[in-house]
Amino acid sequence: MTSHGSTPSGTGTNLDPWYHHYADRAAGLSTSEVRALFAVASRPEVVSLAGGMPFVSALPSELIRSSFDRVMTDSGPQALQYGSGQGTPVLREQILEIMALEGIHGSVDDVVVTTGSQQGLDLVTKLFINPGDVVLAEAPSYVGAIGVFRSYQAEISHVALDDSGLVPEALRERIAELRADGKSIKFLYTIPNFHNPAGVTLSRERRLEILEICRDNGILVLEDNPYGLLYFDAPPPRAMRSVEEDGVVYLGSFSKTLAPGFRIGWVLAPHAIKEKLILANESAILSPSSFSQFVVSEYLCTADWKAQIDTFRGVYRERRDAMLSALGEHLPELSWTNPNGGFYVWVTLPEELDSKAMLPRAVKELVAYTPGTAFFANGSGRRFMRLSFCYPTSDTIRLGIRRLATVINGELDLVNAFAPTGHIATMTQNQTFSAPPPNMS
Amino acid sequence: MNHTPDRSIVVLAGGISHERDVSLRSGRRVADSLSEHGIGVVLKDPDAHLLDYLQSTRPDVVWPALHGASGEDGALRDLLELLGIPYVGSRPDAARLAWDKPTAKAIVARAGVATPRSLSLPRETFRELGTNSVLALIADEFPVPVVVKPARGGSAQGVSIVTDPAELPRAMVDAYTYCDVALIERRVIGTEIAVSVIDSGDGPVALPAVEIEPVSGVYSFEARYNAGETNFYTPARLSDEIAAAAAEAAIRAHGALGMRHLSRIDLIVDASGTPWFLEANVLPGLTETSLLPLALEAAGHDLGWVYEALADAAIREANA
Repeated sequence: MTSHGSTPSGTGTNLDPWYHHYADRAAGLSTSEVRALFAVASRPEVVSLAGGMPFVSALPSELIRSSFDRVMTDSGPQALQYGSGQGTPVLREQILEIMALEGIHGSVDDVVVTTGSQQGLDLVTKLFINPGDVVLAEAPSYVGAIGVFRSYQAEISHVALDDSGLVPEALRERIAELRADGKSIKFLYTIPNFHNPAGVTLSRERRLEILEICRDNGILVLEDNPYGLLYFDAPPPRAMRSVEEDGVVYLGSFSKTLAPGFRIGWVLAPHAIKEKLILANESAILSPSSFSQFVVSEYLCTADWKAQIDTFRGVYRERRDAMLSALGEHLPELSWTNPNGGFYVWVTLPEELDSKAMLPRAVKELVAYTPGTAFFANGSGRRFMRLSFCYPTSDTIRLGIRRLATVINGELDLVNAFAPTGHIATMTQNQTFSAPPPNMS
Repeated sequence: MNHTPDRSIVVLAGGISHERDVSLRSGRRVADSLSEHGIGVVLKDPDAHLLDYLQSTRPDVVWPALHGASGEDGALRDLLELLGIPYVGSRPDAARLAWDKPTAKAIVARAGVATPRSLSLPRETFRELGTNSVLALIADEFPVPVVVKPARGGSAQGVSIVTDPAELPRAMVDAYTYCDVALIERRVIGTEIAVSVIDSGDGPVALPAVEIEPVSGVYSFEARYNAGETNFYTPARLSDEIAAAAAEAAIRAHGALGMRHLSRIDLIVDASGTPWFLEANVLPGLTETSLLPLALEAAGHDLGWVYEALADAAIREANA
């Protein structure tokens, strides 16, 4: 630090007296320019194709309200009390019924209710990961999972994915490489159905092959399936957990098929793991929300929840169609995935574009998306963007894609103006993992 | 200091600029500081209903905590003038001059304050005159290190420090993503300081300079808004003589641009002790990690008292 002449010593502060006390795992828990830009996405003028928010307005609000009323009338004292760390037996029975739709059969004893499946993900990671242990995950992978793995100081190793999901051969090779390096691989994290963010579905053949690879290598599979029931044309292949009980921990959620505000998810785990999950759950939160569990149970008892999921499918199918046709009309030179369910389309940009660097221009044009970099632990993925079709209406989606076309064409024009000077090198100072806020995940 | 009892204040924060998030933080802190003084404050995010709201409620004063375009480019201030509602901060013309960095540099330089050599280029220039030849000329005339930044904007968004000529194209693209005009400026190596200027009716006063020492070496967006990422020294570790020169440069810049009530003048003091003007901020950051509140607290001021005094000054001037 330069100082001049006789220097009176000013009072130094970094505004955080505990800055040097944080644990190593807190590294990276900081706000970023990209995260700040997402604040604009909440404005009504902005078409947000960034968020992963379910369209909860499609829910029968009267039925939800009456579920609340009935819970308070019939079970108020229990619903407002602490509950079991494993979750209520009634809800766990109902969860079994839901999982049966995807071919999963298990014991009510092996279900642990969590605060959203995100907490299930956190608990499983807490149980298995020591700093430096390897988690295998698709490339790209769910941004919220990357955040959890990083917070436990896991080394995240991405494995290639194509239109049929995770590539088994790439998985085999990666395991061999990691083993040769003496790494400890703890589990494979995968979203087989309507992947977030890629929108693709793992084929039946690959599910079996991947299970076999993991079994042979003693690697646990963490199957995350929030979107499986939200298929559009045909159901996805049966869950991996339906064919393998001992080697799969399954994460489920009511966030997409009912509403994320309840914050209710679950883990179905082999018996021994389940025992530890309950203790870890109690240690973290004592018990999941009794009130939410009671209301969800009441809703499942009184509402035609399967018909409601059909309603969601219809809404999301129409919006998916609107997005794909608008992409075809306004951005035909790009390529994208064609999801048969879920919330997301994964778009590949021309090689010279950088979705993260382009985001400010998009915000200026009143459209938001999630840059591909959010879905890679190493900051790569600049050529990709995730577009969500779950929340905006079809007309809004078409408007958003029109604006996005203006953004992309403007950026191409700009980048190409500088391209003759050589490669537009990425500025290394911007290469950090930056998680968007929860409503954007 | 005269205080107006029982006034109603609307704090504006948010908006749709790139700095919305920062503005929301600034606005909340201003509102909290005023509320602690028992002042009734309404925090509003400007939208299509704002003008109707202001017309129907006629607050005594508007306290804009809006960063970025519309908040700092003079547009909103013009509309407040049309509505006849007093507001804190610079008037529209001054805001426009300060908001545009190349214009501000030219005016401040004319007032006798040193400012690093620079060049501002609209993106069309590259298309018309050829990217290679323009870049080659820049490389000849502006040897690295240089700073490339959008001509308008704040919070270091779109700003790059270029230390290798090969990085210049990317830096230009990053700046143009935020603004159609980019400023390329010689990087002065020295002590980075911010001098906030406050005027609640008795003339502009320079607050103690805050010296900025980012842990990463670059005062980036992340270094600005994550507590712990930057060390601040208030007053700056400068000799009395140099600190006085910096204060004088700040007052001169504030006056030359015609700024009112508050501003933050960003400077770098080089090895010879010369303060170099970098930019003037119409609405300085007012968040928990911002420089103006740090300077106020270091000078022994209560934030709420100062924000209230500025609101009162705006009311008095409107009634004068």
